[in-house]
Amino acid sequence: MKATDIKDPEYFHKVVDCQYACPAHTPVPEYIRLIGEGRYTDAYMINWESNVFPGVLGRTCDRPCEPACRRDRVEDEPVAICRLKRVAADNKDDDDVSSRMPAIPAKKNGKRVALIGGGPASLTVARDLMPLGYTIDLYDDQKAGGGFMRSQIPSFRLPESVLNQEVDYILDMGVDAHFNHYVDSLKSILDKNYDAVFVGTGAPRGRDLNIPGREEAKENIHIGIDWLSSVAFEHIDKIGKKVIVLGGGNTAMDCCRTSLRLGADEVKVIVRSPRAEMKASPWEIEDAEREGIPMFENHVPLEFVVEDDKLVGMKFDKVRAEYDENGKRSLVSLGEEPVYVECDDVCIAIGQDNAFPWIERDLGLEFGKWDMPVVNRDTFQSTNPKVFFGGDAAFGPENVITAVAHGHQAAVSIDLFLNGKAVDERPAPGTTLVSQKMGIHEWSYDNGVVDDQRYVVPHADVSQSLKDRKLEVELGFDQETGFAEAQRCLNCDIQTVFTESKCIECDACVDICPTDCITFTPSGEEEELRTRLSAPANNLAQDLYVSTDSLPTNRIMVKDENVCLHCGLCAERCPTAAWDMQKFMYQVTKAGQ
Amino acid sequence: MSYIKPNFRHPELPVNELGYTKKNYEGAISTLCAGCGHDSISGAIVQAIFELSIEPHNVAKLSGIGCSSKTPTYFLGNSHGFNSVHGRMPSVATGANMANREMVYIGVSGDGDTASIGMGQFAHAVRRNLNMMYVVENNGCYGLTKGQDSATADVGSMSKKGEPNPFEPIDLVSVALQLGATFVARSFSGDKEQLIPLIKAAISHQGFALIDIVSPCVTFNNNAGSTKGYEHVRDHLAATGTVDFVPMKEEITASYHPGTSQEVTLHDGSVVHLHKADEKLDIHSRRSALALIKDYKAQDKILTGLLYMDPDSQELHETIDSSKKPLRKLTESELCPGNKVLKNINDSLR
Repeated sequence: MKATDIKDPEYFHKVVDCQYACPAHTPVPEYIRLIGEGRYTDAYMINWESNVFPGVLGRTCDRPCEPACRRDRVEDEPVAICRLKRVAADNKDDDDVSSRMPAIPAKKNGKRVALIGGGPASLTVARDLMPLGYTIDLYDDQKAGGGFMRSQIPSFRLPESVLNQEVDYILDMGVDAHFNHYVDSLKSILDKNYDAVFVGTGAPRGRDLNIPGREEAKENIHIGIDWLSSVAFEHIDKIGKKVIVLGGGNTAMDCCRTSLRLGADEVKVIVRSPRAEMKASPWEIEDAEREGIPMFENHVPLEFVVEDDKLVGMKFDKVRAEYDENGKRSLVSLGEEPVYVECDDVCIAIGQDNAFPWIERDLGLEFGKWDMPVVNRDTFQSTNPKVFFGGDAAFGPENVITAVAHGHQAAVSIDLFLNGKAVDERPAPGTTLVSQKMGIHEWSYDNGVVDDQRYVVPHADVSQSLKDRKLEVELGFDQETGFAEAQRCLNCDIQTVFTESKCIECDACVDICPTDCITFTPSGEEEELRTRLSAPANNLAQDLYVSTDSLPTNRIMVKDENVCLHCGLCAERCPTAAWDMQKFMYQVTKAGQ
Repeated sequence: MSYIKPNFRHPELPVNELGYTKKNYEGAISTLCAGCGHDSISGAIVQAIFELSIEPHNVAKLSGIGCSSKTPTYFLGNSHGFNSVHGRMPSVATGANMANREMVYIGVSGDGDTASIGMGQFAHAVRRNLNMMYVVENNGCYGLTKGQDSATADVGSMSKKGEPNPFEPIDLVSVALQLGATFVARSFSGDKEQLIPLIKAAISHQGFALIDIVSPCVTFNNNAGSTKGYEHVRDHLAATGTVDFVPMKEEITASYHPGTSQEVTLHDGSVVHLHKADEKLDIHSRRSALALIKDYKAQDKILTGLLYMDPDSQELHETIDSSKKPLRKLTESELCPGNKVLKNINDSLR
């Protein structure tokens, strides 16, 4: 097997599972250590640099980092990364944060950029380009910035004050925001001679369900995302007593919980698929169930039942899921009598689509499959070189953190483009690798590994929170619990770096390693090598760190990164410092870098 | 410095016949110098006892004084231990063994504890064929007192201080062979592939089993000029061959060439296979072993591996016809058999 090239920035990046899994590659262990030290503002700023909305994401992120967390492979549960982010946001010093905002040049660079849509993707572009001297106009049809973060995420999950603060950090940089301004023509924007245009308009069209009775009962049938935004903007403040929510995603969870708060007594979530395939995050489902909302699986809607011109219920066909050899699912009717469920109102939350009726098709902007614009996956440039896309508008519905990641990359492209450089020649990410040795057997990080199980986030009392749509349900960790949870982080960014020229093959590292990661053995091909390591090495998603065979016995050192605790014991027990614990920092390429 | 080893282990660790993982056989975190050969030996003992599926509470670890003798703290934390007086481990081991013959006895000693202060005790444990594994963690120096030459340091070998040692060494394997040891092996702490099967065979052997293990002292005796440093040992190693230990319950699957391999069936039915690197060796012959050790020494080589074993060895309990049961299992009626038995004894003496 070829020796590992640790100079490749992606090698150690991949070892930091949480950071690697995060679309924006936030340096998670770094900010968790700062939370452990009580340095909340520092922790917040690391987040802010990377994901722009730490307070929002600390409450609502889809947390791709958590299933990736190494701790999840070592014990039962990952570190509560998302909720720790909130600890940083909740406890930061607001004045200190304001003073650390990037300086905005008084003298502009003369380039004008238009952002269409005021959601996370557009705001991220503004955040990255404003400090470089760009002049930015932002257009949005809502009355304030934030996009879907404002209209789709209910206040009981995300208080408005938190959103306002983080949106304002960006708008206050001097973005010229045009709210209540629906852009109905891209051409009209291009005609204003902007140097670049960024489209971050999300996926604004909720899917409908055209089954019998839809038209007759339309008064009491609501499209989930539109209904949520009407609630958010206070156009709607009540709903019937019995409500059916169709769909199993996060929007469905938000609809059912919001219905309860608008006066519904009986809310049922009804999904076509088996429960295990519901798209909602497990914690969103848990929260809904905690409020007493039942979920019904394997029910395919047949019709809306209308009596006297009024919706009275729905009929469903009970099905079971069958899978062919390719794993493709089909829902097969059980052939039973249709199930009738009474209701006064129905929310349809079965997905959302992109829609670009406002983009003229003669602007050199190509549209491809599903009438989606053709956008480069790395540069976010469309086929009209001046127009860039990001967030849900680029490749369909994802989530906030993905939109932020898109925004950063689009900003890099816009900056390169407007400086006359090729957008596909992107500067490399910034990395540093620094020894953490403070003395003999002393490290600058807390290398002890605690046994604590994941801490549970406290919730507001259910009866209280159902009365008030704006009362935040999750209360967040207090500082003490935040510290304890932070201690669970394994510090995966503190890398075990091996120097074969120093190794005397005393086996001390092999003997001490709690998780049997290290083996000295004759070289071989990876597949075969994996069968003769100190412990089973079956997780192929995790790399083997392999030395050259220039060791005294011509064997190689193989370290399976899979369940390394980053405890530093190999380096402590190494008599020659052939092992060293070095902090790896990976910074995603930023505009202007 | 870390004083506690994290509690997490690899989630897919194999389990042995008792359902235990290796973790159940570990001890406290070592306080020896980083890189000490002794820690590797502790690791090899953990692995061997785990693989043999011996219940930890059926093992007694006995040691004297020295770096080596500290190590029983660092392995088999769920076993019994007795850290005795300098050089007196064999006496304590003898007492313990006499009291309970059902346990596994692991004696851990060093070159000072065995070849200097404990030489007399060592000699008598060997000649009595006490049923135990006696491990010498041999680094040629007194590490605990800053590295003075020990009685096993080779002539001319230089420790960190830089003075060549003027005295002839005591070669513990040769001494043991001459005193009638029934299992004699030498190994190197840095070669677990050889060491682990040797430990398994030594534990399974009935009688006194010596493993003299060259175990470099990284702090005082791992410098150029030392004959017991990692580099010198690796450059001068020669093995009698590779050893396979096959427990009784397992089927022998490998095929062995007569002439270059030798097979020994142990008391408990397990089998030791030696794939000989040197055809001159006959592991049933003391003379062959002694001659070969001398030959290799003359070539400036350290001969390791299994050197001698007597599968028909008669251990001390058999020789003195002692109680078949551990003393703790004797009941009152067995200990005080009553008047009738006393009368019989008295009658027999009339």
